Amino acid sequence: MLNINDLQASVEGKEILKGISLRVNAGEIHAIMGPNGSGKSTLASVLAGKESYEVTGGNVLFEGKDLIEMAPEDRAREGLFLAFQYPVEIPGVSNINFLKTAITEIRAYKGLPPLSSREFMNLLKEKQELVELKTSLVNRSLNEGFSGGEKKRNEILQLAMLDPKLAILDETDSGLDIDALRIVANGVNKLRTENNAFMLITHYQRLLDYIVPDFVHILYDGKIIKSGTKELALELEEKGYDWVKEELSVQASHSL
Amino acid sequence: MSKDQELLESLASGEYEYGFSTDIEMEMAPRGLNEDTIRYISAKKNEPEWLLEWRLKALTRFLQMEMPHWQSFDLPEIDFQAISYFAAPKKKQLNSLDEVDPELLDTFAKLGIPLNEQKILSGVAVDVVFDSVSVATTFKAKLAEKGVIFCSFGEAVQNHPELIKKYLGTVVPAGDNIFAALNSAVFSDGSFAYIPKGVRCPMELSTYFRINAMNSGQFERTLIVAEEGSYVSYLEGCTAPMRDENQLHAAVVELIALDDAEIKYSTVQNWYPGDKDGKGGVYNFVTKRGICKGNNSKISWTQVETGSAITWKYPGVILKGDNSSGEFYSVAMTRHHKAADTGTKMIHLGKNTKSRIISKGISAGKSQNSYRGLVSIGPNAENARNFTQCDSLLIGDKCGAHTFPYIESKNSSSIVEHEATTSKIAEDQIFYLNQRGIDTEKAVALIVNGYAREVLNNLPMEFAVEAQKLLAISLDGSVG
Repeated sequence: MLNINDLQASVEGKEILKGISLRVNAGEIHAIMGPNGSGKSTLASVLAGKESYEVTGGNVLFEGKDLIEMAPEDRAREGLFLAFQYPVEIPGVSNINFLKTAITEIRAYKGLPPLSSREFMNLLKEKQELVELKTSLVNRSLNEGFSGGEKKRNEILQLAMLDPKLAILDETDSGLDIDALRIVANGVNKLRTENNAFMLITHYQRLLDYIVPDFVHILYDGKIIKSGTKELALELEEKGYDWVKEELSVQASHSL
Repeated sequence: MSKDQELLESLASGEYEYGFSTDIEMEMAPRGLNEDTIRYISAKKNEPEWLLEWRLKALTRFLQMEMPHWQSFDLPEIDFQAISYFAAPKKKQLNSLDEVDPELLDTFAKLGIPLNEQKILSGVAVDVVFDSVSVATTFKAKLAEKGVIFCSFGEAVQNHPELIKKYLGTVVPAGDNIFAALNSAVFSDGSFAYIPKGVRCPMELSTYFRINAMNSGQFERTLIVAEEGSYVSYLEGCTAPMRDENQLHAAVVELIALDDAEIKYSTVQNWYPGDKDGKGGVYNFVTKRGICKGNNSKISWTQVETGSAITWKYPGVILKGDNSSGEFYSVAMTRHHKAADTGTKMIHLGKNTKSRIISKGISAGKSQNSYRGLVSIGPNAENARNFTQCDSLLIGDKCGAHTFPYIESKNSSSIVEHEATTSKIAEDQIFYLNQRGIDTEKAVALIVNGYAREVLNNLPMEFAVEAQKLLAISLDGSVG
């Protein structure tokens, strides 16, 4: 589904991603872990097409298409979804109006007619229950006055409504209390199918107690320095990121 | 320059959709402004002597007055002698739409003005002002049943001279400002509405204005009187064809609400703003004022101003009756080289009077957008209350937003609140919407409509939908 090959990217001339290669297949959940500043969120932003990030090398294929060449909205329409770490507030734009516009645009891209109001409302009702988001919030302006947890749940609601092929969750667990974390994880687990894939970007192992990944990758200084299965996350939790850094320096000295 | 920025600029340079002119034979007064012009107009309209005198006095005032200097934009030189003060389509006195010049109807169709069955079915009486003379009025009979008078100003002068004489110039005196004086001297036509005691007007009253004749400034005059306990909602919407020369539009609107009466006045203004280099465009210098003359009366102004090269107006309310209330809801959007200096005046005179001001400015391109508002509390206005919220949204980095609030309070029991914000459409907001499959153009339209929602919500339903589209189209060229 997603094939990242030696991806390099910089922000304002500073190189952040220094050659990342990663393959994600349908039905898989990948966790990307790493200390602050390792490039985790940059990877998410580059994949989603944020303008301030410049791709300086490598390539990314999404369902066989060159992702980097696509406009951000086309990436979304092709089925790539980013749950933002800090969802923005858009005053006066109702959640419902926003969701309806997004779904209509994505359907139009695929040559499908807009959903009828009834179809839309039924879908919304169903997905809303998944993330236990109150109707009063769904009717409000997009993220305006939402608590941190409500914003994150609203991201998952959008994920559920848009039904993407690949969902990237950028530190969706940060700032969540245990109940909200459970709700978010529960939602993701229910949305998981053989045909879609998830990339969980997280700092902590905690989320992975609820969403069990097939693969765990450790990102450090713009590179994936270690990949493994869920046990790697536990080991990381136990030993801390210093352990990774030490391993890395040992490797480095070996190669000298 | 970022990609979004480029798109915004390209949007901002979108051409005016309604830029076309209609080729209809016009009857024009000779150019120039003097007593003879006034006598010509008055005679053409078969006016009574007192009205001619009133016009002539206004002319005298006008000639004594000077152009103001306090506005926030450069006032272009206006050659009042080069303007033709009376222009009317030659065919007149039509009994039905069938008699209306087909080309004129075609123009209205192009503008999407539904002066046809659909509109009639939807219950809107339309008094179309094409340049200076009303050419069609529908639904008069139904209104007449309720005793509502809704007709062209000219007709009102002929058929209801006592009402005109009683109220004309009582809210906006001829000497109020130089453009009001000019209008009082040369006004050509406009609309008149009278709602009798206790009557709730059964439909929204609606007028579409359109400037067309070359070199003919348009000087409309609107007078609405709501008797005790009555209610009326009045809509005004406008577009103008593309012209190279600037066109002056100096209208006067007067609203009078007696005891327990309510008047709601909504405007969607989309006159030709000039091209992207700042050439051409309409000067929209309008004096609009209402008076809550009776106790417990209410006047509400809602305006969506997306057009004109310069928009310069302060629809205000004089709160004379006790417990009366005034409202002003405004969205003013500027782009290209446009300027807007608009706001309101709330004059609290009576006890327990309330006013509410919600102003949303949107600036794009190289435009300048100013809010200027006066809240005045008189010495007898015990417990007067005002709330003002004044927001500015900037699109791109070459435009400006300015706020000039004036507050004068002469009564210590009053409470006046003023809130203001200035914001930019953040790239993060656009990216967020992009990431959900919405392209930048639509994203900006969505954000702007969200920003203006509080005001748009005050428009009558069908108008609100049009206004949303208008903002999106205008953004298309401007900002979004």
